[in-house]
Amino acid sequence: MINPRLLRAALPFLSLAVVLGATFYVQPRTMSYFGLNLMLQYAVPIALATIAQMFIITVNDLDLSIGPFVGLVGVIAATVLNGTPALGVAALVACVLAYGLVGALIHLRSLPSIVVTLGLSFVWLGIAVMILPSPGGKAPPLLRSIMTFSVPYVPFPIVAAIVIGAIVHLALMTTSFGVIARGAGGNPKALTRAGWSMLQTRVVMYMLAGLFGVLSGLSLLGLTTSADAHVADRYTLYSIAGVILGGGEFIGGRVSPMGAVVGALTLALAGAFLIFLRISPDWQIGAQGAILIVVLAMRALITSREARS
Amino acid sequence: MSTEAIRLDGVEKSFGAVRALAGVDLMVGAGECLGLVGHNGAGKSTLMNVLAGALAPDAGRLFVVGNEQTAGWSTTAAQAAGIRCVFQELSLCPNLSVAENTRIVHRALRGLGWKTRARALIRAKLDEIFPGHGIDPDDEIADLPIGKRQMAEIARAFTVTDHPLRLVILDEPTSSLDAVTAQQLLAYLSQEKARGTAIILISHLLGEILAVSDRIVVMKDGRTVAERPAQAFDRASLVSAMGSETDVEVATEQARSAPDLDAPIIVRARPHGPRQDSELIVRKGEIIGLAGLAGHGQTDMLLRIFAQKDVRLNAPMAIVAGDRQSDGIFNLWSIAENVTVRSLRAFTRFGLIDPAKEADMARRWRERIAIRTPDMANNILTLSGGNQQKALFARALGSDAELILMDDPMRGVDIGTKREVYGMIRSEAAAGRSFLWYTTEIDELTHCDRVYVFRNGGITEAIDAAGLTEQRVLQASFAEHAA
Repeated sequence: MINPRLLRAALPFLSLAVVLGATFYVQPRTMSYFGLNLMLQYAVPIALATIAQMFIITVNDLDLSIGPFVGLVGVIAATVLNGTPALGVAALVACVLAYGLVGALIHLRSLPSIVVTLGLSFVWLGIAVMILPSPGGKAPPLLRSIMTFSVPYVPFPIVAAIVIGAIVHLALMTTSFGVIARGAGGNPKALTRAGWSMLQTRVVMYMLAGLFGVLSGLSLLGLTTSADAHVADRYTLYSIAGVILGGGEFIGGRVSPMGAVVGALTLALAGAFLIFLRISPDWQIGAQGAILIVVLAMRALITSREARS
Repeated sequence: MSTEAIRLDGVEKSFGAVRALAGVDLMVGAGECLGLVGHNGAGKSTLMNVLAGALAPDAGRLFVVGNEQTAGWSTTAAQAAGIRCVFQELSLCPNLSVAENTRIVHRALRGLGWKTRARALIRAKLDEIFPGHGIDPDDEIADLPIGKRQMAEIARAFTVTDHPLRLVILDEPTSSLDAVTAQQLLAYLSQEKARGTAIILISHLLGEILAVSDRIVVMKDGRTVAERPAQAFDRASLVSAMGSETDVEVATEQARSAPDLDAPIIVRARPHGPRQDSELIVRKGEIIGLAGLAGHGQTDMLLRIFAQKDVRLNAPMAIVAGDRQSDGIFNLWSIAENVTVRSLRAFTRFGLIDPAKEADMARRWRERIAIRTPDMANNILTLSGGNQQKALFARALGSDAELILMDDPMRGVDIGTKREVYGMIRSEAAAGRSFLWYTTEIDELTHCDRVYVFRNGGITEAIDAAGLTEQRVLQASFAEHAA
């Protein structure tokens, strides 16, 4: 019999393979360089947002504002960054710092992160709408050329996803800082007893989340070429679902960067798959939810088997 | 006596009205093993947390090798001074591997190749203390059984990188170890002493303390009450040092009439622990005490009876929670609502609650149990802790329950309130109600008809009211052969 632990680690990859196989079966023409490129093009911003969410989940918090935040970054990049680059860069740096401040606030006042970030989601959206009341703006040419970069043989989104996953894996899973970050989610008391500052750890993780949120917004803008404050509203749920699909858990510092990226790819593919099935967009969210429930049910099954053995 | 490693002078610490440490002087020398014993709530854990830098003392001074360290004492400073703790509830991150957990206590384990060094460090120490341990440094803590987790944590405390090791405090280190590994640890402690490391050993296993310590300090009510070389103590003298100095029983106002052995049995339960033969029996009108050290299965027993899990029982029940903040009160509700919630079913008419009956019950109980409030409609949090607890008693006593389970209900309750409640329990018992009362205060056991002493989830002794002494309860609580 297969080791349940191994099975659980393999589950995100198996889910991706199943969704990919189903897509190829329904629409064989997607089984090509061009087809995959098209289906997965939005996987890169979703993967970056998922990684941002994963940093927050690592310290047992949840970010309900990442979607509007990604939208705000897109709006800033399409207007300020495009017009006066120096001011644009400063604004994006301020966005990352704002995330750090939010982390500090949540820690110092021991506030529930869900409430704080839910409130902030409206703040981000409000600022974005104020800057850009109706869809418009223009992506800086550099972003456009990065996102349309083509790699021979393997579609760019796949290469980008693997690179993102590998870098974050190295940083979070193998460095000595990564141990402290994950330990903060696993047993904060033990960390405090060992003399580590939970405040510092949390602020760093929130700023990393802010950084990846910015990267997500920029890459999304590179694809859409013009900005819209509402463009990434669904990313909040996508990012949470991606982390969980990828084998992460809401509490306990159990996360997997590679899994999170694979989870994001699965979600992006699931969207395309449902379109090929001619399921109306109204039902897509529900259908994606159903996919999520199936995968989580499988995991629960594996976990209960693990507990028994 | 060897050179001094750590010294405390008149250290005090209070939590609200509770004085956890009332001026403790303590010295431990380099290469010395100090045994620290005391009953629940004697202040051992608080003392340990002060030494570890996790709690700042309210008063008193702390010296490391003769240098005063009181100002700026913190967990980081304690680490740098070479003080390590093995806490009773383990301080490992379950989602990390053994090697990664080692990294958490060593700032020096960083940069390229830190993981290789961490693995080698913890493996060498595990091999040294627990030969044949069977733990891989890459094992995730969550996958290890509790005994191996404890081994990993103990070994981690003895690993050395940049700061020399000066003092290791072990709180119940053998509680999850089997006999062989416990022996390995105790043997290792003498090796470690030879290297000049000071050790403070906190344990409820008196045999262990007597065998390993050079000197033994006994704590009671936040003070050290006895301090002698280990040879000067034996089991009996240690137990009596932990008990109250006066050792007189609280005079029970009127002796309870002998229990009626023909009364119907309403609970019959077997604890889950090692001694399956012992059985807990409650008859109608009895007050039964559950005693022993905290966390030895008393609360589990109450909860199992409450959940009616493999327990024979024929009576409606109510439970009085001890941790009233988390298990007792509804802190957004009024006092009246808190009192009546258990009895609402009796007040319904056409499926709706009759407010007149509800208010009537609240009013009656306010008088009967003397809840000090101008208005029962006030929020429950307007009451003092003792009065909140009275409201919880009113909730249970005012219900139709024939059996009242009490989970150490007098925690943090003032003596006046306690007296009132004791009287009420006795009169209710005389009226035919039964009580199952877990308490950590030995004095309270004098109100009981029979006391079951728990150890490791099992009952080590059943003591009748006539034979009840503090000595006997302590002896049974510390019984080392519960099998």
